[in-house]
Amino acid sequence: MASSLVSPSPIPSFIGNKKSLGSSAFPSTSQIAIRKCKKQVSKKIVSVMAPQQSERKPATTGSVKTGMTMTEKILARASEKPQLTPGDNVWVNVDILMTHDVCGPGSIGIFKKEFGENAKVWDREKVVIIPDHYIFTSDERANRNVDILRDFCTEQNIKYFYDIKDLGNFKANPDYKGVCHVALAQEGHCRPGEVLLGTDSHTCTAGAFGQFATGIGNTDAGFVLGTGKLLLKVPPTLRFVMDGEMPPYLLAKDLILQIIGEISVAGATYKSMEFVGTTVESLNMEERMTLCNMVVEAGGKNGVVPADSTTFKYLEEKTSLPYEPVYSDAQASFLSEYRFDISKLEPLVAKPHSPDNRALARECKDVKIDRVYIGSCTGGKTEDFLAAAKLFLASGKKVKVPTFLVPATQKVWLDLYTLPVPGSGGKTMSQIFEEAGCDTPASPSCGACLGGPKDTYARMNEPKVCVSTTNRNFPGRMGHKEGQIYLASPYTAAASALTGYVTDPREFLQ
Amino acid sequence: MAASLSHASYSATFISSASKVTVSQPSRFSPSFKASTFSPLTVKPLNSTFTPHARRAVTTIMRATSTPSSIPSDTSTKTFHGLCYVVGDNIDTDQIIPAEYLTLVPSNPAEYEKLGSYALIGLPSSYAMRFIEPNESKTKYSIVIGGANFGCGSSREHAPVALGAAGAKAVVAESYARIFFRNSVATGEVYPLESEVRICEECRTGDVENRDDSISVKVKCRVCIRGALYSCFMNLYQVCSS
Repeated sequence: MASSLVSPSPIPSFIGNKKSLGSSAFPSTSQIAIRKCKKQVSKKIVSVMAPQQSERKPATTGSVKTGMTMTEKILARASEKPQLTPGDNVWVNVDILMTHDVCGPGSIGIFKKEFGENAKVWDREKVVIIPDHYIFTSDERANRNVDILRDFCTEQNIKYFYDIKDLGNFKANPDYKGVCHVALAQEGHCRPGEVLLGTDSHTCTAGAFGQFATGIGNTDAGFVLGTGKLLLKVPPTLRFVMDGEMPPYLLAKDLILQIIGEISVAGATYKSMEFVGTTVESLNMEERMTLCNMVVEAGGKNGVVPADSTTFKYLEEKTSLPYEPVYSDAQASFLSEYRFDISKLEPLVAKPHSPDNRALARECKDVKIDRVYIGSCTGGKTEDFLAAAKLFLASGKKVKVPTFLVPATQKVWLDLYTLPVPGSGGKTMSQIFEEAGCDTPASPSCGACLGGPKDTYARMNEPKVCVSTTNRNFPGRMGHKEGQIYLASPYTAAASALTGYVTDPREFLQ
Repeated sequence: MAASLSHASYSATFISSASKVTVSQPSRFSPSFKASTFSPLTVKPLNSTFTPHARRAVTTIMRATSTPSSIPSDTSTKTFHGLCYVVGDNIDTDQIIPAEYLTLVPSNPAEYEKLGSYALIGLPSSYAMRFIEPNESKTKYSIVIGGANFGCGSSREHAPVALGAAGAKAVVAESYARIFFRNSVATGEVYPLESEVRICEECRTGDVENRDDSISVKVKCRVCIRGALYSCFMNLYQVCSS
């Protein structure tokens, strides 16, 4: 299985002709190309099939430029090409590569094996290493993996390494952040127009900043570590237009659950998802992050939200690097467009065992639950906890089931204990949670969103029914194979905690 | 980025594999780097014990990097044969390799083997037959037959690695999630083949008594460079039988 392919020798003449077989040669829908190829095939292949040429050849003064979507534009700029079409494979300059404790060691191993033990990363300021997955555990290998990251960062003099050494007290680690996708945003590593790759599927979260962000595996990451580039295929874009004022009982989580339920877990495979409309514009950055976070649950390659004043304001104190946002052209081609009237939407859940198993929260009111989990890159940000706190405050009651709170980062944790909740007379979120009988907010990390080592806080070690603000509910996701996970917004999670059943937040919010 | 080709002498040109990701093989990499490029293939069930409608022929194409200068006039066909393990739709990477095993680092040889021993251990108990027996570390099934959206979920490269380390040679699925497909190609651990028909409904997991319940994957090789198809001989056997 691990045999190598013999690498063929270079083809200078072909390379010289590369431009003439330009990117416009391909039809925009890749499936057509495959079918085309198949039809031409007989059992004995002898003929050469030329690609379908477009009618116009690029003039010497430059090719005709057609409108491009935001994603196409970002990739065009990053690959230094004037024009790209979906289906093009291009070498893209990477602005930021992120990795964490689960995939970092493997990526580092591949980097060293392929580039040499003494190789240096392409840019010590563009690699951001964030331990976050299996941190507060006694699992020796998990702890060792953080050590591997540290050794690498020391050797490479990596500028951004959010290290943790004292596992017993996260606050004793000034550099430690927590969940990588939230940390990337909070530390100013997400910038409009850039290309951000990470060894984690939810890297797409950063698309909220109007950049191209997607998840890659260890081997690709190892390659990027050495070269700062990756071969990427330009995805076509699905456009999601959301207009209308956001009702007070809905959150971005409901919007994305609506979309995933609409197009299914493979509805956006190899595609970009662009979110526009007045509703999207009204969302704050963390809500936009929630929206883009679950793009991968629809199979999406990346998600984007156009950068605007909300974005720029958020970035003001966070990054000093210059950035240049890009926007879809008016004449850009989108594969499909979906329109939603937000005022008609209701709080949703994704029932076990798929993120596209959409149902109205109110139709699941007879589902008895055992616990509630509020955390993760999807639902463990400050805004998510604020929402939960608002609902607990509005109800004034206590939770009926164990309610686990796992802030995504140190900053979020701090916000829980310092930010006053509007309308509470100066109470902090932590106070409201305590009064409601929730568990004490835990050390910031990915926590039990993905199960993890057996001693992970809030891991589902027995078959239970859980309402969770996380992103996946496939069998065994939070630990136990027979666990039942209902994905929901922080409002819905809080409401469900109060009743002990899956509950529509309108029971408490109106 | 025209400069892309100035990056040392690339040993392979780009493959436009239609709907799938391609990876080229920069010469800086040592020969052991598995940068194979494939586009979706369709698979032809060859075994005679299949129900008649499963025997319908579908074209089988494997595209790989190569040079047009070495073009003979016919293609070579290779076959590999093995027991198949059948799973359903939307098998996510948590089922392929549950998160608790991700502390194992794939680039570490001992841990690579251990990863293999946990392949598909996350499948629910509705799967009566296990991919790997409890006290074993390798699987007897060399081909995994899947449905739609195989490998969805997390980007963990541990997923194709676990399958490959366990001894699987290929996955034949109706469709793939993109990160898993890309990782399979990048690592070379399993061949991600696509089937036109829902083979997952035609086959049953092969069991010890009935060794006829296997599937032969007949693979032809062609080379696709920037949309132009060239016939090419490729030594698949060397790759398949390792």
